[in-house]
Amino acid sequence: MTAKVNYDDVEVGTEIPAQTYPVSRLNLVMYAGASGDFNPIHWNERFAKSVGLPDVIAHGMFTMAEAGRYVTDWLGDPGAVIDYGVRFSSPIVVSDEEGATLVVSGKVEEKLDDNRVVVALTARSAGQKVLTRARATVRLA
Amino acid sequence: MALNRDFIGRTFPPSEPYEVSRVKIREFANAIGDSNPVYRDPEAAKAEGHPDVIAPPTFPIVISLGGSALADPELGLNYAMVVHGQQSFAYTRPVHAGDVLVCEATITDIRSAGRNERMDVTTEIKTVEGELVCTAHNTLVERPA
Repeated sequence: MTAKVNYDDVEVGTEIPAQTYPVSRLNLVMYAGASGDFNPIHWNERFAKSVGLPDVIAHGMFTMAEAGRYVTDWLGDPGAVIDYGVRFSSPIVVSDEEGATLVVSGKVEEKLDDNRVVVALTARSAGQKVLTRARATVRLA
Repeated sequence: MALNRDFIGRTFPPSEPYEVSRVKIREFANAIGDSNPVYRDPEAAKAEGHPDVIAPPTFPIVISLGGSALADPELGLNYAMVVHGQQSFAYTRPVHAGDVLVCEATITDIRSAGRNERMDVTTEIKTVEGELVCTAHNTLVERPA
């Protein structure tokens, strides 16, 4: 359980390079199967539009998982994540032809004892913040 | 429709034990496009000090999102109008393949927010031996029908 980032190498304000994740309908179908959340708003355009949505939307938990992957890719070992929480502020709208793009960035917001730091995350799609108050507490090497 | 405030503070009986498998973890990692070897290769996971492949941080949602407790008609939750408001996980340790887990959910608050109803649920995810692995908090928002 060793993160590849050293506690002494980061400061409050240290930025983690932004990453871009393409999101397709196929991703959502796979996530539905993997998670067991088969709500049709995540795979059926006709149904999604019938309940007032612009198109199929991604599972909030899919978005949270991708932003989590951003953190664990930085850390190396996902076992170094101690706490992870988000608010869902806006859905990722996933069109059939073009899908969507999720851009995640982060920075060290706080340094705690015991090699722990708090990473504040920003996640945007189509110019909208899709997560707010997204924070991960992680243990660095 | 207003949710039944009598449910505030109610703890539901533990869920059926769920056995975490390497195959399910791999399926979940594939679905989020994550190729980290600690999710796929037991040797890579052991090299990091884990007993077997571990699960991605949000994996506990597979076993902790509501379940039958929220289906109680007395609660009055219209699931078709529910959206996910907040989610967090506090980990004692990572979930790994071979864990046999149970969830115990408690409704900690129900309140009105504008025309919506908001409900907070805390779920303790433990092994069948009683070891606390993860505590999940979620807020579900029920929009007016």
